[in-house]
Amino acid sequence: MTVASYQLPVAGKKRNRATLALVLAVAFPLLAVTPDMPRYKWENFTTANGLPDNHVFTVLADGNRVWVATENGVGLYDEGKWKVFTPADGLAHRAVLSLALDKRTGDVWAGTMGGLSRISAGRIDTFNQLNSGLSNDVVYGVAVQGDYIWTATAAGASRYNTRTGQWSLFNERNTPMYEIWTYAVTAGPDKVYYAVWGAGVLEYDIATEKWKDYNDPDGETEIVLFKDQGLIHEITTSVSYVDKILWVATYFGDSRYDGRNWHNFLTKDSGLPSNFTNQVKALDANRAWFSTDKGLAYYDGTNWAVYRPNLKTGAPEMYVRDSDGNISNIPVETSPAHNYILGVDFQGDDIWVATAKGLSHGVRQK
Amino acid sequence: MNHLGGTEDTEVTKPVFRPRRLVNKRALCVCTMALAVAAILGMTTNVKAKPDSDEARYLNPREMVLSNDGRWLYVMCEASDEVRVVDTRNGSVAKTVTVGHVPRGLALSGDSSKLYVANSWDDNVSEIDTVSLKVIRTLPAGFEPNGVAVDQEGKTLFVANRLSNDVSVVDLASAQEIKRLSAGRGASYLTLSPDGKLLYATHVYPTIGKHRTPPESEVTVIDVQRQMVVDRKTLHNVAGVFHSAVSPDGKLVVAAQLRPKNLVPLAHVEHGWAFGDSLAIFGDDVNGVVQVPLDELERYVAMPYAVAITQDKKKLYVSSAGSELVTVVDIQKMLSFVRETNGPIANDLSASANYVVARIPVGRNPKGLVISRDGARLFVANRLDDSVAVIDTASDVVVSTFGLGGKPDMTSLRRGERLFYTARFAFQGQFSCANCHIDSTFDGLQWDLEPDGFGVDIVDNRSIEDLSGTEPFKWNGGNPNMATECGPRTEKFFYRSQSYSSAELADLVSYVMALPYRPNRYRSSTGELTAAQERGKVIFERTKTKRGEPIPEANQCGSCHSGPKYTNTKLADVGSGKPTDRSPLIDVPQLPNVAYSAPYLHDGSAKSMEEIWTVFNPHDTHGVTNDLQKDELNDLIEYLRTL
Repeated sequence: MTVASYQLPVAGKKRNRATLALVLAVAFPLLAVTPDMPRYKWENFTTANGLPDNHVFTVLADGNRVWVATENGVGLYDEGKWKVFTPADGLAHRAVLSLALDKRTGDVWAGTMGGLSRISAGRIDTFNQLNSGLSNDVVYGVAVQGDYIWTATAAGASRYNTRTGQWSLFNERNTPMYEIWTYAVTAGPDKVYYAVWGAGVLEYDIATEKWKDYNDPDGETEIVLFKDQGLIHEITTSVSYVDKILWVATYFGDSRYDGRNWHNFLTKDSGLPSNFTNQVKALDANRAWFSTDKGLAYYDGTNWAVYRPNLKTGAPEMYVRDSDGNISNIPVETSPAHNYILGVDFQGDDIWVATAKGLSHGVRQK
Repeated sequence: MNHLGGTEDTEVTKPVFRPRRLVNKRALCVCTMALAVAAILGMTTNVKAKPDSDEARYLNPREMVLSNDGRWLYVMCEASDEVRVVDTRNGSVAKTVTVGHVPRGLALSGDSSKLYVANSWDDNVSEIDTVSLKVIRTLPAGFEPNGVAVDQEGKTLFVANRLSNDVSVVDLASAQEIKRLSAGRGASYLTLSPDGKLLYATHVYPTIGKHRTPPESEVTVIDVQRQMVVDRKTLHNVAGVFHSAVSPDGKLVVAAQLRPKNLVPLAHVEHGWAFGDSLAIFGDDVNGVVQVPLDELERYVAMPYAVAITQDKKKLYVSSAGSELVTVVDIQKMLSFVRETNGPIANDLSASANYVVARIPVGRNPKGLVISRDGARLFVANRLDDSVAVIDTASDVVVSTFGLGGKPDMTSLRRGERLFYTARFAFQGQFSCANCHIDSTFDGLQWDLEPDGFGVDIVDNRSIEDLSGTEPFKWNGGNPNMATECGPRTEKFFYRSQSYSSAELADLVSYVMALPYRPNRYRSSTGELTAAQERGKVIFERTKTKRGEPIPEANQCGSCHSGPKYTNTKLADVGSGKPTDRSPLIDVPQLPNVAYSAPYLHDGSAKSMEEIWTVFNPHDTHGVTNDLQKDELNDLIEYLRTL
């Protein structure tokens, strides 16, 4: 296997070190040990092979089945065939923004531009701001927490009790939510987190029923002054909560919070291909996937890997960045369908990727 | 102590054998022999009855199951909150087990060791040990549990909840409800397939769909192992589905159902049917879901309820609760007819002649059916006779009827109850009060009731709980009292035949006016309101808008919805009238238990409480609500649910 290691060009002494590293890598390839990051064979789906629409907002793996939220309905990929759900089937709206699986019941909840739908064994029930207590029809995010369905809408958070049919709304009047444009939600066994676009992160403690907010301590919208001292930015787009670790994606970098300490990720000091992050999805306390506008990134707690079509040539590309900042190109023959990544989900060792121009299935190679 | 755990002081109610009409000499012979045997056995028993309370109550036996050895018939009695244990050898009641309030569902574990009873007013399930015949645990359920089933391993209990429209999954080891599965509206009955792999849930109310379109119901199919819904069979033009049964080979599922004719004026009842009484059949034996009529030309078998299929799959039995008979269907003839017939047959009243082979008169309001282990007998719960009829399955005649005890004397309420549930007063026996007021509630349908033209004055069926003080009746307030509602109106517009005598009418009115409220699940037992409910109460009672402007008294919620029943019993124009209504003036409806009776408004055009105000109150004529934020409207609804 041929591996080329290098560092991105940087100024001054760093440039010299980078040059040295490149020389060493070329001269002594066996000395540059590239981290063993997961590799995939990418199979891409578009409307040409059954995808309802090429603009895929998110993807959800459900056992052997895969659900996709697209601009033209929900697609279900099962045993090699696509089944599509649209408003003609009762779906709240054709533009579907979010998906969540109730693993206990098998029901799939779809947040759309026109309300919330439950897809249950082929039947679709729709909840909107006219026929139910849902706070707003634009449902950016949805999450399942036991018998509750939490939604992130353009007018605050809603919680639906599936046992009683009761709705609870959370907004600027009963939480620290000073913006009500909630953009994403995730639920763990003890906490529910909201990414509030322009207002940081909100935490709901299930036991105490109390809300708490996390905000950017420097309050700057364009720059990061206080790194690792708090949430990296107020314009949050995604939250992921696994093993009591909170991961937050923003359009200006990403954050990890363990309950005491924050650690932030920026392109300048991590393997993130872009600070503009649409989604973060954690595998566990240390590993997470980042969906950015410049490719898909994987972080294993130390090293980074990026998967994308080359931004200039469109050729399949994968590179690895180790903890010292060494970059290694990994020769690959396939890549995700597009570098604008909106979301991922995991299916065993495989990964499914929602992009702006198609759905990708990463078949794990090693 | 005997096998049932009964002791010497446990009394058996002496069997009351009431021969039914017999159709031939053979039947007469069988019946006579059975009577003789049963009478002898009844006389020789040495067990005595011990009433659970000083005052005897009517029983209303509704559901039954047999022990695996076939000896014990467990009879769930809806009105007395009991399970009566009957020795099938002699028809005697060996023991009575008190359960929760208004039990509706009954199931036996695969090993016959546990009995499960769904207590519909307590929102729980009684677990009875069949050896000690004691309630050993009370298990959780949803709103108004109505049906129960237990998996073959005895690990998981499934409970159909009528008011929360779902199925509870209860882990029997931990006695915890581990999840709810979304079912259809009015989930009520559960049937396990013979191999134990699938569970079928049926529903008494139709799905709330687009206004004034044919109703639809569903059969929810649950994978028992995965505890998930895996399929939903849509039943078109159907509202009101009761028990189902699965053939022993698992290839045929049969559900008893009603096909309402609610989109055309009911006043034309003589031109067709108000309800078609039919079966929905599906499975490997047929292609898709096929609906087959049970009715005949000019003769109806109202309110099909329970279905039982013989072990050899030759016959199926269907109880008709309103027509006081059991219908016998030749399964192979039915399947042949279905396969050979092109096009739908659901509306063909001549169809049943091809497969209905007998109609067996039984007692009043027959409900549950059970076939004996040897297949020789069919037990029929005569709900309003407090008895069980025994049908010989070879001759298909009633060979005996044994009483279960209960209140011996007849009251006006009891007579009224019988009148409410019988279809014998309607033209051609088409339907009873209970067709539209299922289990004395409602049917979730909107009707075109009177001969005022097609599509004029469409009305949503209202609940009939605790009606005293809510007069006048009808959405236009046209009937000053229940006697008018049940008497001339029913005779002229509904039944289209000579109706009740004065005495019968008085009895019926007594019964209807005595119907109680069901428990309210949104109100705490202490009456204390949650914060959201409290905020909603403030909105309900407010006299000023959020901008501080006074709300005219006539447009305040509490003005029309006042008094103990939240109605001022007057007519009001709240802007909900439709062009098809003859008058915009609508009777102010009472609000208690309003949470259960969707859809809303007089014509059922509002699918949810939210839509009353988000869709149908654009000009603040039905209370002032347009100044409310969404969460404030939610609060108002939370409060209304507590009423």
